[in-house]
Amino acid sequence: MCAPVETDAYKTYLDELTGAGLLIPSGVKGVYGRSGTFEHVIDQFEHYVTRMGRHLNPEVMRFPPIFNRDHYCRINHINNFPDLMGSVHSFMGGDVEHAELVRKFEKDEDWSRDLAASEVMMIPAACYPLYPTATGTLPPGGRVVDLKSFVFRHEPSDDPARMQIFRQREYVRLGSAEEALAHRDSWLERGKEMLQSVGLAVEAVVANDPFFGRGGRMMKATQKEQTLKFELVVPICSEERPTAITSCNYHLDYFGHAFDIRTADGQPAHSACIGFGLERIALALFKTHGLEIGAWPKSVRGVLELG
Amino acid sequence: MIQKDIRELVLKHARLSADVNTLSDLSDLYAAGLTSLTTVNLMLALEDYFNIEFPDRMLVRRTFGSIQSLAEAVEALKT
Repeated sequence: MCAPVETDAYKTYLDELTGAGLLIPSGVKGVYGRSGTFEHVIDQFEHYVTRMGRHLNPEVMRFPPIFNRDHYCRINHINNFPDLMGSVHSFMGGDVEHAELVRKFEKDEDWSRDLAASEVMMIPAACYPLYPTATGTLPPGGRVVDLKSFVFRHEPSDDPARMQIFRQREYVRLGSAEEALAHRDSWLERGKEMLQSVGLAVEAVVANDPFFGRGGRMMKATQKEQTLKFELVVPICSEERPTAITSCNYHLDYFGHAFDIRTADGQPAHSACIGFGLERIALALFKTHGLEIGAWPKSVRGVLELG
Repeated sequence: MIQKDIRELVLKHARLSADVNTLSDLSDLYAAGLTSLTTVNLMLALEDYFNIEFPDRMLVRRTFGSIQSLAEAVEALKT
């Protein structure tokens, strides 16, 4: 049986990236180390994002890639994306339980069931830890927040662009419906121009999140019907199935309700975000311009200030 | 009356903020508190109860907007 051509294309590009030392395999699909050159490209793209968002005077907040389990339980992620979640467990027993744990470990038995859920979950999106901290009344005009974090999604794959742990850089707007939508729409345009200016032929498409199961069909259809999510896509390994490297999302008043965030006039806050997928952007740049950044077009090097 | 069965399922699965008994068959269920998540519960309950499967083209807010529009959708799928 032949492997589909596309699968070969993903593996070929992954082999090129690891062969060039840009990604460092860990033995687990979708979990890689990154080289200094790879990080340099991400750093420079991030500086570009910072320059392009400066006029908004955003609050900068950085959260770790884990967050409060209680907060996780308030966002319906377990209903919508159970297959992508990451729950952090640890050992919480005493000496007797420890002896049993080690016995299982040494006998090569399943010891993971002797662990218990900790207070934290892995974050699935960089903006999720923000909303629980915003409970209360927003200042007039709302807030713009600059966020960045590693995020976790359990989807092991040979596609180098489908990592289990990767970074998102976001600008989030909390405010009225009009303010949130204007943020989403203006960043969709600005994001498109930014990516085109570094030689990536992105297109904006209406998209849906990968909601789970039978019920997920309804969520996908509703999200698309309401055009809540746009993705900026570009071919990396496949022309037929281009990769989303940035997304622009309008959440309606979903987080406003979940975490009791209100506008200055007392209404549930609406929110929107742009999320740049930093690894995917770097992977699209390396695929489009080559693995040697010294040979990238002058214009691209100029925009990214690669020197 | 299929509307009666649907009304029961709405009561059980849609977790509306409004009292289902005060709604007419034409009342807007979204205005009565139906959310995207409760729409999923309702869709799954309808599929199981009537042994039908909504095609993607019917998974729109218009279909789930009222008891009457749901009844018309279910009727169309049952025949």
